[in-house]
Amino acid sequence: MNRPKKTEFKFPTHIDEYPTGPQYAAGYLPETNAGWRSVRPVVDHDACVYCLRCYLLCPDGTVVKDNGKITFDMDYCKGCGVCAHECPKDAIEMVKE
Amino acid sequence: MKSNKIFISGDEAVAQGVRLSRPHVVAAYPITPQTITVERLAEMAESGEMEGEYMHVESEHSAISATMGASSVGARTFTASSSQGLLYMAEGLHYCSGGRWPVVMMNANRSVALPWSIYGDQRDSLSLLDCGWIQVYVEDAQEALDMIIQAYKIAEHKDVLTPMMVNLDGFILTHTYELVDIPEQEMVDKFLPAFQTPNKMSFEEPKNLGFSSKPDDNTEFKYQQNEAMFNSIQVLKDVDQEFADTFGRKYDGMVEEYRCEDAEVVLVALGSVCGTIRVVVDKMRAEGKKVGLLKIRYMRPFPEAEVKDLAKRVNAIGVVDKDISFGYEGTVYTNVNSAISKIDKYVYKSNFVGGLGGRDITKDEIEEMFNKLFSGVENKSEEKVEFFSLNVESND
Repeated sequence: MNRPKKTEFKFPTHIDEYPTGPQYAAGYLPETNAGWRSVRPVVDHDACVYCLRCYLLCPDGTVVKDNGKITFDMDYCKGCGVCAHECPKDAIEMVKE
Repeated sequence: MKSNKIFISGDEAVAQGVRLSRPHVVAAYPITPQTITVERLAEMAESGEMEGEYMHVESEHSAISATMGASSVGARTFTASSSQGLLYMAEGLHYCSGGRWPVVMMNANRSVALPWSIYGDQRDSLSLLDCGWIQVYVEDAQEALDMIIQAYKIAEHKDVLTPMMVNLDGFILTHTYELVDIPEQEMVDKFLPAFQTPNKMSFEEPKNLGFSSKPDDNTEFKYQQNEAMFNSIQVLKDVDQEFADTFGRKYDGMVEEYRCEDAEVVLVALGSVCGTIRVVVDKMRAEGKKVGLLKIRYMRPFPEAEVKDLAKRVNAIGVVDKDISFGYEGTVYTNVNSAISKIDKYVYKSNFVGGLGGRDITKDEIEEMFNKLFSGVENKSEEKVEFFSLNVESND
C-alpha cells in the first residue's frame, strides 16, 4: 500500500493563497497522527504466522507487508491495539512508549 | 436579429430564461406565487424540451442543498422560491455563498407571516440582504427572463463565484401577462458558455471540502466573499453591455435613472412600482415639475456610487420601501441614507413605507410623495419614516 506523503503546510501570507471557498486540492496531508499514541505494537516474529488478520483490521491501514514480515508505519499508528486484540497467535504486544 | 415574441406571465418568462440557460439540475419546491415557474420547468424536463434534471425535493431546505451539491461538481443549477419558502432556505443561502457556488435563484417577492399573506411586498428578500447573495430586482417579465440569463454569466464569473437571486414582485409581475421576446437558443449558447468552475470536484482532480475553519482563518474567507461581491460590480456592468450588444436590450447595470437629468426631487424604488412611478413622473414633468425616478436594480452589491452621484444633483430623495425593519426604518432607506451621508451636502430625505402585504401603491399616492418632498425642502420639514398609507386614523 502506498501511504500518502506528508506535505509541509505553510500558513497563507497573502489573501490570494487562500482557496476560493472551502474547496481545495485533495490528498493534502499536513500532519501525521503518531502523536496520538501512548502504546506501540511489537511483533513476536517467531509466533507470527503471517495470517494478515492485523493487516485487514487495522483501522488506519498502518500494517505493512514487508517481505513476509509484518511491520508498522509508525507515522500513522495511533496505538489503538486492535491488531494485538485480534491476533489469533497473541504475537503482538502493546508496549508503553 | 431574429425574435420570437410570445404572450406569457412573469413566472413563465423566468422558466423560459432558465430553459435557455441550459441548467443541469433544477431543484425547487412550489410556493405561491412562484409555482408556475417550477411547473413549467417540470413540464420542460418531462418533455425533453429542457435537457437538465428536475429534482422533486421535499422542501426548500432540500432544494438549496441539492443545488449546492450539484454545483460543487460543476453543474449549472437553478432553484426558485418565495416568502416563507425562501426563509426556510435561509440557512442554506449562507452555506451556498460561503461555498462560492454560483446557484441562480428566482424569488417571487411575497410578504411574510404573520398575518399570513400570499401577496407581494419585499420583506422576504430584503430581510436576507446579508446572506452573501447578489440581489437584483426586476421591473417586468422581459427583464426577469433577461436577468436569469445574465445572472448565470455574472454568478459564474471567476472573479465573482457568488450565488445570485433574481427578485420579481409576486402577482404584479409573476402573474401578469406581457409580450416577451424569447431569444434564440443559439445566441444564448454563444453568450453563455458552459459553466467552468475552478472548484469542480472530479475523479481527475479530487478536491476536499474543508467544511470548517478555525478563528485563525475564518475572517479571510469572509474577506474574500466581500471582495467577490465588490468584483461583481464591474462584471455585471460588462455582462449587461455584452447582453445589449447581443440581444439589443440594456438595463444600465446597478441602477436606472429615469428623467433625473435636471430633477429637483427624486423617488428611489425597487421592482414593479417603478413602472407606476414612471407614469407619475411623466405627468408631473408635463406640468413643469422637476421630478425623477432612481430605479435601484441591485441591492447587493449596493449602488453606493450611483446614489451619491444622484444625491449631489438633487434637493430631495424619497425612498419607497415595500419593507419595514421594525423599530427603525425601511431597509432600502437605511442603505440609501448611508450612501448619502458620505457626501458633503444636505439632501432632504423621506422614507415612504408602502405596498405591504400586497396593498397597491397608487399613482395618486406617488404624486403625494413627490409633493411631500417638494414641501419638505421648502419648509425644512422633519425627516421621518411614514407608512404610506394607512386606511385608518393613527395616533401620530
